[in-house]
Amino acid sequence: MKMIPPFDIVSFFRAPWTEAWESSLWIVIMGFLVNAACGLVGSFLVLRRMALVGDAISHSVLPGIAVAFLLSTSRSSGLMMVGAVGAGLFAVWLIEFIHRNTRVKPDAALGVTFTTLFSIGVILIALYADQVDLDLECVLYGEIGFVYFAESFALLGMEVPIPVLRMAVTLFGLLVLLLLFYKEAVVTSFDPVLATSLGIPARWVHYGLMLSLSVVIVFSFESVGAILVIAMLILPSVTGSLLSDRLAHILIMSAVFSALYALAGLHLATWLNCSPAGAMVVAGFLLFCLAWILSPRRGLLTQLRKGRRGLRIEHGCTGSTGFE
Amino acid sequence: MSPQTPPPLEIHDLTVAYHKKPVLYGIDLVVPSGRLVGIVGPNGAGKSTLIKAILGLAPPSSGWVKIFGKPYRNNAKRVGYVPQRESVDWDFPVNVRDVVLMGRYGRLGWLKRPGKADREVARACLEKVQMLPYANRQISNLSGGQQQRVFLARALAQESDLYLLDEPFAGVDVATESAIVNILSQLRAQGKTLMVVHHDLTTARKYFDMLLLLNMRMVDYGPTDEVFTYEKLQATYGGRLTILSQVADSLSQEKENLPVGP
Repeated sequence: MKMIPPFDIVSFFRAPWTEAWESSLWIVIMGFLVNAACGLVGSFLVLRRMALVGDAISHSVLPGIAVAFLLSTSRSSGLMMVGAVGAGLFAVWLIEFIHRNTRVKPDAALGVTFTTLFSIGVILIALYADQVDLDLECVLYGEIGFVYFAESFALLGMEVPIPVLRMAVTLFGLLVLLLLFYKEAVVTSFDPVLATSLGIPARWVHYGLMLSLSVVIVFSFESVGAILVIAMLILPSVTGSLLSDRLAHILIMSAVFSALYALAGLHLATWLNCSPAGAMVVAGFLLFCLAWILSPRRGLLTQLRKGRRGLRIEHGCTGSTGFE
Repeated sequence: MSPQTPPPLEIHDLTVAYHKKPVLYGIDLVVPSGRLVGIVGPNGAGKSTLIKAILGLAPPSSGWVKIFGKPYRNNAKRVGYVPQRESVDWDFPVNVRDVVLMGRYGRLGWLKRPGKADREVARACLEKVQMLPYANRQISNLSGGQQQRVFLARALAQESDLYLLDEPFAGVDVATESAIVNILSQLRAQGKTLMVVHHDLTTARKYFDMLLLLNMRMVDYGPTDEVFTYEKLQATYGGRLTILSQVADSLSQEKENLPVGP
């Protein structure tokens, strides 16, 4: 049986860094940038219980790209990005519109919206197959493995692939936004009603977040595809939230995890000869399990060690004060 | 108070509708400075909606609200708000101090972070509600009463002149309830004005100077002694006798026990 290639620890760690080391390096860098950008925006989605809005946007981007393609017939144009971001924002608006004007609950409205938009995209691509040169496989899984072969740009004596450069700029922009509007982002996520009463426009912060989310998804799209990007939005921050109670720590941790995902994913992908993006998500899930087991306060191991008695004591001090 | 000083809160002919269904009709009232006003009424009477309308969060279909003579937007800094405890996610990854500091955000404006002075205010407010030892605690590790005190501390940190509290006594322990009552009367003594949504008729009379009886319309509004009568409460609650009979009992008992004046 030869379904899983034999595991050899030395070659597991060495294989990616032999002849193709340059390609490996760019895969890891790109993987880190995509995961870190997604993780930052995703943390706020998870806090706002909107984790699956990323799902909706990533699927709705498809018709946007297809339409932009039809209008411009060129692949690298800015119009494609604009079309994609526009489609993502349109999806967010449509979900809210359906929810507001019908009795349909938000999660169902989300389900209706993104599947419909994605289908429209699929139909458009089929109808205009001769004009729209889009590979559906790439749409779903991305092609981070080929990032090294993308067009490049000379920067500081290095040939930097353009997708990497674009993602780096996106991540930097995101960091700047977060530093500038951190307190607004936090208070509107925790208590939007209070925020509005304080004069902080929760709606605009929400739209700003949705816009950043759309941009991050669109730029991550060609590397990791419409499906894996969802994992990258959610995994870093939920893993972080198992380990810490402070938002700032969770955000920093999600950046560290992003590097780990990228590196572990690359090694996994080289060993199994599979898509690096998929392997990064699997690595992310393994890390999530590890955090779940080992978390110092709420991990499975801690709970086992404390046993029933410890749990009861903890319950006693977090529960009522005894006066009620 | 000079006659020119505008009152902390003035509401004129306020009607609020959700999905074209009115939940508040024609509310008209003026709250004078330095009063502790209870808002009392059955479930669905529009008590929380009234608070939200004052804060500009529920747009009126007619009428207006003025805070110290100006629309809410222009005087937002003078209003402190304590939402219902259940309105937020208490697993949110922030600690007690972070939440209290949020009370300062309205004063900070864009692009500024809370500084030393803000931290000092937050510390003092936590001390007032006896929650200073919990400052670094994650908010999910708090009891209901402690959560309510944190919200109160956050409102205190807003350093406002008019406070709106939505059910601050719901589901809190006895110690917290008396701590809150204490703080409310301290604030009133400083000349602040307070409006409190309250659902416990047995304590309403004890806690408040003035009462607003609300059931979609304003049933009555005035000094507690004049408003807290069996007939008016019955008009407010529409004859929901279980609550009312208890109140009637306590009212009549007190009448009997009342010392006869000379």
